[in-house]
Amino acid sequence: MRTKSIFLIALLGFVGSVFATPQIQHWQAPSGARVYFVEDHNLPMLDVAVNFPAGSAYDAADKIGVAGLTHGLLDLGTETLSEDDIARRLADVGARLGGNFDNDRSGLSLRTLSSETEREAALAILSEVLQRPAFPQSVLEREKKRLVAGLREAETKPEFLAERAFGRAVFGTHPYGWQTSVSDVEKIQRTELLDFYRAHFSADAAVVALMGDVSRQQAEAIAQRLTAHLPPGGAARGLPPVVPGIAAQEERIAHPASQSHILIGAPGIARNDADYFPLYVGNYILGGGGFVSRLMNEVREKRGMAYSVYSYFMPLQQPGAFQIGLQTKKEQVGEALRVVRETLQSFVRQGVTEKELLAAKQNIIYGFPLRIDSNGKILGYLSLIGFYNLPLTYLDDFTKQVDAVTSKQIHDAFERRIDPKAMVTIIVGAPEKNRE
Amino acid sequence: MRLYALCLGLLLAATAQAEVFETTLSNGLKVVVKEDHRAPTVVQQIWYHAGSMDERTGVTGVAHVLEHMMFKGTKTIPAGEFSRRIAAAGGRENAFTSYDYTAYFQQLHKSQLALAMRLEADRMHNLVLSKEEFGKEIKVVMEERRWRTDDEAHALLDERLMATAYQEHPYRNPIIGWMNDLENMTDDDARDWYHTWYVPNNATLVIAGDVKAQEVFALARRYYGKIPAGKLPLRKPYLEPAQRGIKRMVVKAPAELPHLVMAYHAPTLRDVANDWQPYALSVLAGVLDGNDSARLNRVLVREQQIATAIGAGYGNTSRGPTLFSLEATPAPGKSVNELEAALREQLQLIVRDGVSGEELQRVRAQVTAAEVYKLDSVFYQAMQIGQMESIGLSHCDLPVMLQKLQAVTAEQVQQVAREILQDDQLTIAVLDPQQLSDKPKPKPEIQHAH
Repeated sequence: MRTKSIFLIALLGFVGSVFATPQIQHWQAPSGARVYFVEDHNLPMLDVAVNFPAGSAYDAADKIGVAGLTHGLLDLGTETLSEDDIARRLADVGARLGGNFDNDRSGLSLRTLSSETEREAALAILSEVLQRPAFPQSVLEREKKRLVAGLREAETKPEFLAERAFGRAVFGTHPYGWQTSVSDVEKIQRTELLDFYRAHFSADAAVVALMGDVSRQQAEAIAQRLTAHLPPGGAARGLPPVVPGIAAQEERIAHPASQSHILIGAPGIARNDADYFPLYVGNYILGGGGFVSRLMNEVREKRGMAYSVYSYFMPLQQPGAFQIGLQTKKEQVGEALRVVRETLQSFVRQGVTEKELLAAKQNIIYGFPLRIDSNGKILGYLSLIGFYNLPLTYLDDFTKQVDAVTSKQIHDAFERRIDPKAMVTIIVGAPEKNRE
Repeated sequence: MRLYALCLGLLLAATAQAEVFETTLSNGLKVVVKEDHRAPTVVQQIWYHAGSMDERTGVTGVAHVLEHMMFKGTKTIPAGEFSRRIAAAGGRENAFTSYDYTAYFQQLHKSQLALAMRLEADRMHNLVLSKEEFGKEIKVVMEERRWRTDDEAHALLDERLMATAYQEHPYRNPIIGWMNDLENMTDDDARDWYHTWYVPNNATLVIAGDVKAQEVFALARRYYGKIPAGKLPLRKPYLEPAQRGIKRMVVKAPAELPHLVMAYHAPTLRDVANDWQPYALSVLAGVLDGNDSARLNRVLVREQQIATAIGAGYGNTSRGPTLFSLEATPAPGKSVNELEAALREQLQLIVRDGVSGEELQRVRAQVTAAEVYKLDSVFYQAMQIGQMESIGLSHCDLPVMLQKLQAVTAEQVQQVAREILQDDQLTIAVLDPQQLSDKPKPKPEIQHAH
């Protein structure tokens, strides 16, 4: 054991000396927005992201889908610009406006050249769509129709049916389990988008991330410019708690596909969970580590039963899902289920070997530089750190936290948090007895 | 003795290619190094100049199956061990097969490059290909085919479109192979493929990241240098006979909405400095679909609301022929015929009235910005180099191509639309959506496990 601890110290020393992490600057803009900035002049470009706690979980129970449409319509018309003006002006300077939307977050991101003309034109658009969206009635009607068409299409796809049933079964009545239906979308009114926007897109809730070729002074001005005219807000911030334990249940949904899509899982962990690192490292060994995980080895390498098999924890504001997923031809779905369940059971019961733990740490720690080797990736971490109020030293601490995980901690955390006998199992395209 | 070469004639051009160095080992392996010192990471990509277009009837999919088998052990590295060692070095790795080439990559901290090169060189020459491992892996590939194609309506439509648009050229066969060919494939088929194509004189090694070119060349000689060159089979040109009239086809698959693809035979870039049509077609695709303000999205999705989604596609760099394609999903209540007519009208407008200077300028702005944005991804830059080398062009052509693209005129766009978008060269594929026979409702009772 002595040699191992020496080796791990050596591992960490290597990390500390070689893996420089970006210098994160943090302040609060006069508007109240929290700002995270990394100054980097290597490339003549700037990335900006602005996020709000306005994801799908912030919908009202009787107005599901409003958060998503609010996000979708932000850049489709403002008080002064039509959707075509917006698209054309961005294209004229080669800027790219993107969006991200999940259970917790609703955000926009912008990539632009940092030369003044281009940067100013691009930021003017971002500023406008964030602070003066108009949600035009005609655009809303069209987007509702497109959304309905997309939903009806998705309802023919096994992967969509599986995710929808999984969310409902794992989260029950919690907003993380809500699924937007066609009738939800059809009844959405413009005033609901305006109300949602005013309540949730306030400066004091905003997290601004900036990465790239501007000075601190410029970054300060940009952050203020993007948030000074946001609405007053006033929405309650928190989300209701997710109930951790659930009853075992299995749902089989008919589908003509040649493969069954299988999802197994339960509520997992929140971003600030004390078990985060033991579960993260443990899950690498179970099903997160690409070609070298136990699930991959049992299901694919040994038996050739699936192309893809994985497990993950989705850490959110409240505990997101723990999920195992795979697709396998219908005829062998029973056998595949048996193998996956046995793999999970023995993992939870017996924990990991020291050899597995070492390999996991080596991958995560040595591979750490790959997580921060581009402006785009760093921007993502700035948004994450800001949104979830993680320490500014998050990136510096990451490898140390991983290195400190013990096999006992992993075993203990999985035993407390993951009960293989209390899992939801969804099988779409299950073999049917009465099928012709 | 010169150790390496730069792209001659471009030394003054302040482009990204200025930091690209290349050499060729005595066994024929070409090594290209792109230095980028922003982060202490490196990517290794090895590109074999053999893809599914080199397969023969009855063994379609073997290029991709061999790609899977490359992880299944060599004389000294047991099955799965390649991935374990790369993972333990903090690496990420995978591989991909296309019509034109097969490539393998690892991304790691720069200190681990030698390990990746040693392992990659080993499997270039020492693959074992056991019957047992093949028997398991071919099942994985069949699952991959079900997942990617058989159960995916749009992928199925694309597969059959290719099989219809091309009658002679091997692009008519799917990269993943026809299921029946996979069911009848043997480890001998994979072995033949490996011994035919996996030789250093049929590959390009691309290393990009925080490295020094001369040190990489030394490592390459050390690990790859001793692998003997092989005798490559004569490659056939496979010229697709000219199409003589429009082709129409229908694919039935589970879906809600129909889908329409219109694909025209179009020229590929061959003479980088003197061709003009491939550049004009790229700009045409940009004018139609290069950004949110482009014509198809603006007119057909937003204004006429005849489509819910729409796109134009054209790739001008490939070993074989290419297609200029449009695809769209009709809005509910709109028919595929109405959609086809609306798409044709948009093409006709360009043939008749041309494109505006503003539209052209917008496409140029996109191209200029994309050249900067690509610098944020070392992996992508390596990809571009590898692709060029694998299809018979050179990475040194990239700056020339950029200049030519930026020099396309409005008249050229109009002319190329008129010359290339001809009905006789067109294949139209329609997805005929099939309702699910059982409406996907959960069974009334929920079964409790155990």
